Amino acid sequence: MHVLKKIAPYLGLMAGLVLLQLVLRLAGKDFWLTQLTMSLYYTIVVLGLCLLMGFAGQVSLGHGAFFAMGGYTAAWFTTHNFSSAGNSSWVAILRNVGALQERTDLYGNPILTGQPWAGCLMALGLTLVVALLIGYPALRLRGHYLAMATLGFGLIISKIIVGSSSLGAADGLTNVPPWSLPFGLTLGGRAALRIQNYYLAAGLLVLTLLLLRNWVHSRVGRALQAIHDRETAANAAGIDTARYKLKTFVASALLAALAGVCFTHYAGGIAPSEAGALKSVRYVALAAAGGLSSLWGVTTISTTLNFCSLRGWFGSLDHAVFGGVLILIVSLAPEGPLRPLGQWLLRLKSRFSHGKEGADATA
Amino acid sequence: MDADHLALQYLLSGITKGSIYAVVAIGFNLIYSATGVLNFAQGEFVMLGGMVAVTLAAFVPLPVAVTGAVLLVTIVGCALELVFFRRLRRHSVLHLVIITIGLSIVIQEAALHIWDEKVRSLPYFTGNEASSIQLAGASISPQVLWVLGTVGLAVLALHLFLRRTLTGQAMRACSAQPEAAMLAGINLNNMRTLAFGLSAGLGALAGCVISPITMTHYEMGAPLAIKGFAAAILGGLGNPTAALVGGLLVGILEAASVSVLPAAYNDVTAFAVLLAVLFIRPHGLWGKPAGESVREH
Repeated sequence: MHVLKKIAPYLGLMAGLVLLQLVLRLAGKDFWLTQLTMSLYYTIVVLGLCLLMGFAGQVSLGHGAFFAMGGYTAAWFTTHNFSSAGNSSWVAILRNVGALQERTDLYGNPILTGQPWAGCLMALGLTLVVALLIGYPALRLRGHYLAMATLGFGLIISKIIVGSSSLGAADGLTNVPPWSLPFGLTLGGRAALRIQNYYLAAGLLVLTLLLLRNWVHSRVGRALQAIHDRETAANAAGIDTARYKLKTFVASALLAALAGVCFTHYAGGIAPSEAGALKSVRYVALAAAGGLSSLWGVTTISTTLNFCSLRGWFGSLDHAVFGGVLILIVSLAPEGPLRPLGQWLLRLKSRFSHGKEGADATA
Repeated sequence: MDADHLALQYLLSGITKGSIYAVVAIGFNLIYSATGVLNFAQGEFVMLGGMVAVTLAAFVPLPVAVTGAVLLVTIVGCALELVFFRRLRRHSVLHLVIITIGLSIVIQEAALHIWDEKVRSLPYFTGNEASSIQLAGASISPQVLWVLGTVGLAVLALHLFLRRTLTGQAMRACSAQPEAAMLAGINLNNMRTLAFGLSAGLGALAGCVISPITMTHYEMGAPLAIKGFAAAILGGLGNPTAALVGGLLVGILEAASVSVLPAAYNDVTAFAVLLAVLFIRPHGLWGKPAGESVREH
């Protein structure tokens, strides 16, 4: 019973995701799954940010850049033709570990490109190093230095991308091949793979949520909670605040990069706008709008708003909507809209049925 | 042109841009001292100042347009404090910082919709883009003198205000010891509004004088904010005079880096300075390492 109560929300989420797919199928709106899948990947970035903002109390304005870093590394590695550099030693090393594959491009010419799994590993490795480099100095200090450091980092990444012709400059990289996973699954954007990919993204989302839940309820999570509540007291209790904050920052950057890699293989390409400051602000907005430490609120709000935005329902006010939502929710309901809503529902419920204790709607 | 003159030219261009960063840095400091919040919308004040002045300049003489822009943006700054930060004093600093991030996006998008995505600029205050003054072998635009003069005067006026007037001293008291200041009968809320207004007005003034040289664009705010922040950190947060020197240093380093790095990577310099300072001297070049305090910030 106890275990069931713990996993019930996750079962509920999975049931909801399946139901959503069935409803879309019945409504004949299967093509909405494409935007929904993309929103799920964005939501994974936002969840990572949530961990950083809600539990470590730090803001990152560079998560768009980490997402782009993951996406661009994967895209570059799987589309760059290594055959011209075929004799150099590092290409030989890559070939020996099986990180390269011979395939044909769109026009049927043979090319030698990287394997998606190796691209993914490279992306995560690069992000790890960069996140450590930025996080270490900025997180030793109290206050919101990380926010500024990551804002600067984001600006630079987008400048570098737009300025590098090998990264496609302003056009971005395209023709990224699908990623063949075990069990006959393929991460790619073909219409025939739509349903499969929706479930892949959904699975990754549930996995992320479980991971974050365990993180929050572990030793690290309790240390973070202490830091969040009263940093000096946590320090006095022997918690190495800087180290825990750094760990959290790196973990959340890695999540963003992983989402970027998957997104790029799914969309078949990536554009420099993914690295823009506005994208990073959007992630912060979504994390804040969901209530920072409320993972369920963030999942719901982020998926919904991203989906509406990808469908183009906000028109030319796209960025303004996210800025406005951010300001409104943070000033009116800093804990996120779901908690007050849940409390309101509980009050309503207790008015109708006295005595019986209702389930916590916000869990 | 020989190497000495080239160096002088870079130095002058660095000082010109650096003085704008200094103004942004001082704006950061004013708000940070009064409220403990890092205001991410700081660069937007500079953008708004330039935009409003350009629009007004079509109808009224230039000095009136600049004054009008400064006044209007000052009012915007005060209004932001009154509408958001005063009512949200019970929110954590993290939430307030997040709100400034949202404000910066909304202001930017509003500017995009009120004006457009085009680059615009004020006319040169004296002369035109071709006129130049010879100074020790380097040629400088008269607008550079306008920038340096205006910024210099503004910073001097701010300094005198903070040191010599009762209101200025009250403001400093609020940032040093809010509780004690309150006991002495100082209205903390009004001082915070004043800090926002001053910081916005200063930013707008900088936005006006720099507009003929660097142009005004709705997206110019964020890069300015990060460079201004680098300058503020370099000087040591909470120290306006040091912020001036910090701003000039960032500007000069940036100008010097143009001779080494491709121009596209211009912004990298400020970021490198920021990271280096955070690594080596997080309390700034002139600041003292802060003692741990139990006060929530």
